[in-house]
Amino acid sequence: MGMPTHLSASDIEEFGREMDTIRNEIADSLGSKDRAYILSVIKWQRTLMLAGRIVVFLSFFFLPMSDWTFTGWPQFWAVLLLGAGMLGVSKSIENMELGHNIMHAQFDWMRDPNIQSNTWEWDNVCPSDQWKHSHNVVHHTWTNVHGKDPDIGYGVLRVTDDQRWHFQYLFNPVINFVLMMMFQWGVALHDLEADKLLAGKKSFKEIIPMLKRIGWKVRHQLLKDYVCWPVLGAAVTVPVTVFFGFDVVNIALAGFGFTIVANLIANGIRNIWSNVIIFCGHFPAGVHHFTKEEVEGETRAAWYVRQLLGSCNITGGKLFHILSGNLSHQIEHHLFPDIPANRYAEMSLRVQALAARYGLPYNKGSFTRQFGTTTWNIWRLSLP
Amino acid sequence: MQSEAGSTQFNNSLFKRLTGIVTKVSDAFAFPLRTSHYIELVNPLWSTHALQARVEAVWDETSDSRTITLRPGLNWRSHRPGQHLRIGVPIGGQHFTRTYSISSAPERNDGCFTITVKAIDNGRMSHHLVRKLKVGDYVPIGVPQGDFYLPDAQPVLPLFITAGSGITPIMSMLRSLVLQERMPNTMHIHYAPHTYDVIFGRELKLTAEKQKLYKLHLVHTREPGQKLEEMTGKRPHFSKEQLEQLCPDWRKRDVYACGPQAMLDSIEQLYEAEGLSRQVHTERFRAQLAGVPTEVKTGVVKFLNSNVSANSDGETNLLRLAEDSGLNPEHGCRMGICHGCDVKLASGCVRDLRTNALINETGQVIQICVCTAVGDAEIEV
Repeated sequence: MGMPTHLSASDIEEFGREMDTIRNEIADSLGSKDRAYILSVIKWQRTLMLAGRIVVFLSFFFLPMSDWTFTGWPQFWAVLLLGAGMLGVSKSIENMELGHNIMHAQFDWMRDPNIQSNTWEWDNVCPSDQWKHSHNVVHHTWTNVHGKDPDIGYGVLRVTDDQRWHFQYLFNPVINFVLMMMFQWGVALHDLEADKLLAGKKSFKEIIPMLKRIGWKVRHQLLKDYVCWPVLGAAVTVPVTVFFGFDVVNIALAGFGFTIVANLIANGIRNIWSNVIIFCGHFPAGVHHFTKEEVEGETRAAWYVRQLLGSCNITGGKLFHILSGNLSHQIEHHLFPDIPANRYAEMSLRVQALAARYGLPYNKGSFTRQFGTTTWNIWRLSLP
Repeated sequence: MQSEAGSTQFNNSLFKRLTGIVTKVSDAFAFPLRTSHYIELVNPLWSTHALQARVEAVWDETSDSRTITLRPGLNWRSHRPGQHLRIGVPIGGQHFTRTYSISSAPERNDGCFTITVKAIDNGRMSHHLVRKLKVGDYVPIGVPQGDFYLPDAQPVLPLFITAGSGITPIMSMLRSLVLQERMPNTMHIHYAPHTYDVIFGRELKLTAEKQKLYKLHLVHTREPGQKLEEMTGKRPHFSKEQLEQLCPDWRKRDVYACGPQAMLDSIEQLYEAEGLSRQVHTERFRAQLAGVPTEVKTGVVKFLNSNVSANSDGETNLLRLAEDSGLNPEHGCRMGICHGCDVKLASGCVRDLRTNALINETGQVIQICVCTAVGDAEIEV
C-alpha cells in the first residue's frame, strides 16, 4: 500500500498547509506549563529510580537466612519484584518519555543547558549520538520507505509482504522474541548497519570508531547495574548481619546476587516494554509502505501524508501515554517529531479530524489490537 | 541570618583529592547522570553539575528596582567587589541569561550575595526579576567574572561616576571599603532622574556622613514630577565643565564608571583627549539582542569557523548558502525535523522559514536548514 490516489497534488499541498498550521499553533503556545511538565517527569523519574533501588535493598531483610520470624521467600520475592518493577518503570520512562523525546530536540526551545538534545545521554547501552543518527535522521526522514528506512524489520525481521521472503525469515518468531528480550542491544548495534557490512557495502574499518563509542557506553552501563549496585547491595547487609550475628558472608553474597537479578529484571522490563510500544508504531495491520520511486522529489506536504499513513496509534489513558513516552501517539510524533510529546494528545484530535476530512486513514486501535496484529504479522510472514 | 558553616571554604588539597575519588566512584552508580543529579532532588544548592542559587529575600529599593538576596550553591566562589555574574531565568518556559553586577560586599558573612535590578522598559528579564521572582525560587547562576574592580594593594584615588542602576558594582566596592575600614579619598558622582529614583540613596547619604574621605555628589537630571518627554533645555548630564566644578582634581583620579553607553562614551572621550585613557575603567553591559532590520532583506552571512562569507538573498536557507559557498556543514533531513544541523548564531538576525519567527539572540541554537539570514549575520559553521 503506497500513497493514496484519490488526492490531487493540490489537495495534498492544502493538507500540508493545514498540518503546518497545527504545528505552528502548538509551537507558538509552548510555555511554562511544558517546562514544568518535563521538569516534573525528570524529578519523578529520578526519585522512582532511587526508590526502586532502595526497595530492592530492603527486600534483603526478608531473606530467610536469619532467625527473624517475618522472613520467607514469598515475602522476599514480593519486595524484590516491587523494587525491580519500580526500577523497570523508571528506566522505561527515562528511555522513552525523557531520552527519546529530549533527544528529538522537543525541549531545545527551552534553551535549558541541562535539557538539550545534543548533550542528553540516556540509561541505555546505545550511545545517544548514534541513536540520533539512525533514528532522527534516517528513520524519521525515510519512514516506511523500502530500501531507505532501516527500521522496517530492523534488518532482521520480515514485517510486511513487500519484503521478499528469504529462508532466514522462517525464524521470524524466534528472532522477534530474542530482539524483544535484548532490545537495548539491538538498538545499540542498529546504527552500525550490519546488513550493509555483511553485504560488503561497508568496511569493518568504518565502524571501529562507532564500536569504541558503544564499548564506552556498554562498559559504564554494565559497571553500574552489575557491579556497583550489587557490591553496594552486599555491603549494606554487613552492618545488620554483624550486629545480629547472622551469617555475614552468605547474606552478603545473596545481596550481591539478588541485586543483579533485580537489575536484570528491571532492564528486561524496559526492553520488553519499549520493544512492544515501538513495534506497535509501524508494524500493525493496515500500515502503509512506500517505494523509493514514490518519494522521489517528495514535497513537505507529501511527507506529512507518508508519516500519517506509515504510523499507528495506541489508544489508552494518560498514565499509559506517559509510560509509553507518548509513542502511543506515534502518528503525531512522526508528523511533528520536535514538538513536545506532552502536546500530542491534544494535537491528535485535530490530526484525526483533518485526516477524516481528506479521506485519509488514521490507524489507531487498542493495545490488544495493535500488538496482536503486529505479532500475528511477524509470525505469518515467516512463511512466504 | 545563618551560621558561617555554609560558606566555609575547604582548600585542603588532600580533602579535594579524596572528594574527587568519592565523586568518581559515586558517579559510576549514577551513570549516565552524575550523583549530583540525585543530590539535586534533596537540595538544589548541594548539586555540583550546575550552580544554582535560592532567592532568600527581595527588597524594593525604588518603585522600579529591587534587591534580590541569593544564597549560592556549594560550587560558588566569592567575588571581588565590582564583578558581575550571569543569571538565568526561565520566562514562558524559555531560559534567558543576563549579566548583573553583584551589589553586596564579599565580606558579608551569611554566605549570601545580592544583585540589584532595575526594571527596564520592555526588558523581559529585568521585569521578571523585579516583579515575579519569589522567595524560595531557584535560579541558575554563573561564577563571578569581570575585571572591573579596585586594585588590592596599589593606592588609587577613586572617582566613581555612576548613573541609575550603574550604581550596583560601585555599591559593592563602597560596602567592601567600609567593612574593611580602608576607605581611600573617594569622589562619587551619581546621576539619577529624581531623589526618589536613587537606588541605595539612604545608604549612600549615611556613608557620606560617616566616612570623612568619601564625597558624594547626587545629580538629579530631571525636575520633580517631570516625565522624560516633557524635558526642555539642557539637562545636567556628564560634561567636562560639570566635572571641573564637582571634582577639580579629576585628572589625578582613577575613574570607575558604570551607566548608560552615552555617559561611558563621553567619559572615555574626555580622558582620551587628555591622554589619560589608562585611568578609565568602565563596566558595560552589551545588549545581547541584535536589531531586527525592518527593510533590509539581503545581507552578508559570515561562516565563522571556516572564515567564509556569502551574500544572502533573504530567502535561501543558510545550509544551502553554506554549501553553495563550498562548505559542507553537518546536516541530516534538510527539512527541520532532525536537528542534525543545529549551530549557534554568533550575531545578527535569522528568520525561521517555517514560521517566519525572527531569532536575534546571540548564542541561540538555530537549524540552518530552515533558517535564512535577515540582513547580516554570523553563524558558527
